[in-house]
Amino acid sequence: MSNYRIQGETGEWEVVIGLEVHAQVTSNSKLFSGASTMFGAEPNAQVSLIDAAMPGMLPVPNRECIRQAVRTGMAIEAQINKFSRFDRKNYFYADLPQGYQISQLYHPIVGEGSLVIEADEKAGIPQPKTIGIERIHVEQDAGKLMHDQHPTMSYVDLNRCGVALMEIVSMPHMTSPAEAGAYVRKLRSILRYVGSCDGNMEEGSMRADVNVSVRKVGSPELGTRTETKNVNSVRFVMAVIEQEARRQVDLIEEGGTVVQETRLYDPDKNETRSMRSKEDAHDYRYFPDPDLLPLELDDAFLEECRASLPELPDAKRARYTGELGLSDYNAAQLTAEVETFARFETLLAEAASQLGKSEAVVATQVANWTLSVAPGVIKSLGDDARMENNTAAANAAILKLVDAGTVSGGQAKEIYEIVLKTGREPDEIAETEGLKQQSDTGAIDAEIDKVLAANPDKVEEYRGGKDKLFGFFVGQTMKAMQGKANPQVINELLKAKLG
Amino acid sequence: MSVDKQTVAKIASLARIKMGDEELERMVPELNNILAWVEQLGEVDCSGVEPMTAVIPNTLRLRDDVVDADPLTGGGIRDKVLANAPAPEHGFFGVPKVIE
Amino acid sequence: MTDLTELGVAAIRGGVAKGDFTAREVAEAFNANVAAASALNAFIVTTPEKALEAADAVDAARAARKRLGSMAGVPIGMKDLFATKGVQTTAASHILGGFVPPYESTVSSNLWAAGAGMLGKLNLDQFAMGSSNETSYFGNVISPWRSRESNAELAPGGSSGGSSTAVSARLAPAATGTDTGGSIRQPAAFTGITGVKPTYGRCSRWGVVAFASSLDQAGPMARDIRDCAIMLGAMAGFDPKDSTSLDLPVPDWEAALNADLKGKKVGIPREYRMDGMDAEIEASWEQGKAWLRDAGAEIVDISLPHTKYALPAYYIIAPAEASSNLARYDGVRYGLRDLPEGAGLQDMYAATRAEGFGDEVKRRVLIGTYVLSAGFYDAYYTQAQKVRTLIAQDFANAFEQCDVILAPTTPSAAFALGDKSDDPLSMYLNDVFAVPASLAGLPALSVPAGLTQSGLPLGLQIIGKAFDEQGVMNAGLAIEQRANFSAKPDRWWA
Repeated sequence: MSNYRIQGETGEWEVVIGLEVHAQVTSNSKLFSGASTMFGAEPNAQVSLIDAAMPGMLPVPNRECIRQAVRTGMAIEAQINKFSRFDRKNYFYADLPQGYQISQLYHPIVGEGSLVIEADEKAGIPQPKTIGIERIHVEQDAGKLMHDQHPTMSYVDLNRCGVALMEIVSMPHMTSPAEAGAYVRKLRSILRYVGSCDGNMEEGSMRADVNVSVRKVGSPELGTRTETKNVNSVRFVMAVIEQEARRQVDLIEEGGTVVQETRLYDPDKNETRSMRSKEDAHDYRYFPDPDLLPLELDDAFLEECRASLPELPDAKRARYTGELGLSDYNAAQLTAEVETFARFETLLAEAASQLGKSEAVVATQVANWTLSVAPGVIKSLGDDARMENNTAAANAAILKLVDAGTVSGGQAKEIYEIVLKTGREPDEIAETEGLKQQSDTGAIDAEIDKVLAANPDKVEEYRGGKDKLFGFFVGQTMKAMQGKANPQVINELLKAKLG
Repeated sequence: MSVDKQTVAKIASLARIKMGDEELERMVPELNNILAWVEQLGEVDCSGVEPMTAVIPNTLRLRDDVVDADPLTGGGIRDKVLANAPAPEHGFFGVPKVIE
Repeated sequence: MTDLTELGVAAIRGGVAKGDFTAREVAEAFNANVAAASALNAFIVTTPEKALEAADAVDAARAARKRLGSMAGVPIGMKDLFATKGVQTTAASHILGGFVPPYESTVSSNLWAAGAGMLGKLNLDQFAMGSSNETSYFGNVISPWRSRESNAELAPGGSSGGSSTAVSARLAPAATGTDTGGSIRQPAAFTGITGVKPTYGRCSRWGVVAFASSLDQAGPMARDIRDCAIMLGAMAGFDPKDSTSLDLPVPDWEAALNADLKGKKVGIPREYRMDGMDAEIEASWEQGKAWLRDAGAEIVDISLPHTKYALPAYYIIAPAEASSNLARYDGVRYGLRDLPEGAGLQDMYAATRAEGFGDEVKRRVLIGTYVLSAGFYDAYYTQAQKVRTLIAQDFANAFEQCDVILAPTTPSAAFALGDKSDDPLSMYLNDVFAVPASLAGLPALSVPAGLTQSGLPLGLQIIGKAFDEQGVMNAGLAIEQRANFSAKPDRWWA
């Protein structure tokens, strides 16, 4: 239980949160028609006769959408239902040409599962927490209405209509905005690992309906919940919970009651408002879609789904800290996004091969490079960085130069800059641009002697026990060498001379 | 179970069929006759009986994920889709303004 | 030269193939009959040019010695429930007024591919809801038949009333029908023609305006069994666009027709013998048994214990599905839009649907909406689907004792228009013998069995096992050969 509390006039309240996440399934064509799912097409250009609900049109399900839902279910270790059905949810709206949405109410394809959100002290999540997932079902997305194109008309675009969605319904297991945020991030990460959803919240590929209720701390009963629809970012999910919990507490304490209703979030005003006044008019009259037979999955299909699952975030993270010996922080950072771990793993393999060392040995170096050094350089170059030059081979070659002591960390960055701008070979750059550090003990030796001779008092102090001065001598020597000396060689020589 | 005028009005509204008082009143006995007659289904002992799902044994086929594989079920046919629209507007379907 | 419009599918196809006459001559002859029969109101739209175009293509193919299709040179009527590309398709409803589909239904496509041509779009009960063809927005279809006792206009049956009238009045040698709860068999029986409802899933539903998806099934209506076998062969086939389509080869039903029923058992369901049964219907049923016995079959008594509940179950399931299937008619993308001054979106829906749907459609949409609504779903819909399971089980049990079932098609001969239109329930009861096979998805047909005292046709129904259209048509053929039905209506309309 998190320690998130809402301070009311009458005491402390806690919040109970459940999320219904709608995730667009990654597929080429729609759930029940062959029209494309590509984002950003001309209005109604990706609409089939089926999507437009022409008379006599019939749905035929897309195997890939079913497969992705099953793989997602497997990724959250959920019950996969070998028998499921599609039901019709009946209501009238301009974005719903059929007059019903094909969904799954009675027999969803995926049953109970769960995911784990990581501990985050600062966010008030003291330890990892398991969030239950009640179900995942597959359904059709609706079309889009535009209200600002004409003074008296709204315009209907059906391009999105019929695109496959997974509705991932959590249990009411979250008790703070931070937990809900962590849940959405983790879910998004899993979906992206699995490849079942691109997780692009700006394009609407993931939206959440946020169910919020409040109760007095310690009360065993759940309060009446409200559902805030179509929240499209993690930040907004957290804001909705804060606002809605506050609103409900204030309402109850003023003697009012929370009404079970659908609400909308207005990000500009940072408030939720009631969406449909006529809630009683909602009676969806669900019944099994008679155009579709029961969906029965055989073992071969399920096996293929399972076999095609990649290593998932939790397992990967455990492997990074265990086998690769990375810090918790680095492991968490590297595994958060698909692109990051993909880059890391490619470079790791390449670096291990070029350096002739095991992955475990070079992992920390590669992780630091991937997480901080490389992004820093790329950022500083801005548009000058030509990312086609950012190959794993080039990156690994730089790491090899560092590992061999041929170049310093600073030189490595300079070489990387040139690589990104020009695509030249790191070895050649180090050679021709004078970006190599001096490991010639003779030259270094001479400079050290000069430094020691110029600072007899400091030498005295050091020998008297002031260890900290060692850094001073290193710095002076390096300065004399114009930064191009191998610090390790300086260290060794200094230690020998100072005794 | 039987319906009164208020219930019929509610059903008509749910079904989005506008009905005047007279029509509602006419519907009440008609619907009640039919409902009273179908009520006899309640006599049948259906314990342990599964509701019908597929009338002829058949399983749901899944199609391949290919865009516009068949022009009859694919997209890219905006003109056809809009050809019968009462109020086509710049490639959209026009409807009375919706206030959300 | 013989009157070409007296010929059926097989005869036309044969004559065209042999060169006795051209397909164009056939099309012209039927076009002329269609044009002269407007009093019957069988067609919503006539398409004489389409019939000629198809005929010319067949004549040209024949001249080029190309292989001709199974329906080559046969002009047919198309029930206006099938979407026809470029030709108005309305389901006989105002709400689809002016709708011109940019697509062709699979079944009609198959027929054109087999060489058939289209005479026009046939009238029907609105959205196929009705048993008398009195619910069409385009007016009643009038049966070509008249009772000897009265000049009252008679119902051609429904919902495929335009089809039954067109075939029996020789406006078309054959027509498509659809059967949801008897809509092929009952009108066939009323007009002295043959109609076959195949196994659910045999004919694709793609492009057929939906009434009740789990029941709707297209089939042929023609003069005799052979013609139906030919036409069904052209209509049927697996369609990947319809999830409920049967992925089975289409047998050559025509080639395998065989009226010898030796070794076959014909079941007589005792529950179909109802109190107060019409004596003429009962006599016709007895006659049917005798004919089938004569054809070599053994007659056995069977029981279908849940028969009584079929009609009430049907009147929950079909309206429930229809209430949802008809939600798409909302005035947004096609068809009628009624937009009262200042109306919002939801008002537009309500006004459009009030204006566009007829009374019977509204009634069924309301019933369907009610039985699916919160709190009633299990008591009505789930219970009805359970009863449906029991009805299907009844048939499965019965078919352990017999190969086909013989029953009357209808509880009476054709009634007069207006007789039942004020009483929905008595209208529904007309399908009492037809509905059980629909609920179980089984193949069934109606074949003419004779005339009543007052000179009106009666049909006998054969119901078979799933996929056994052959057995059903063979038994139908045995009756046909013995009934020798040759009566036809007087041509009072032209």
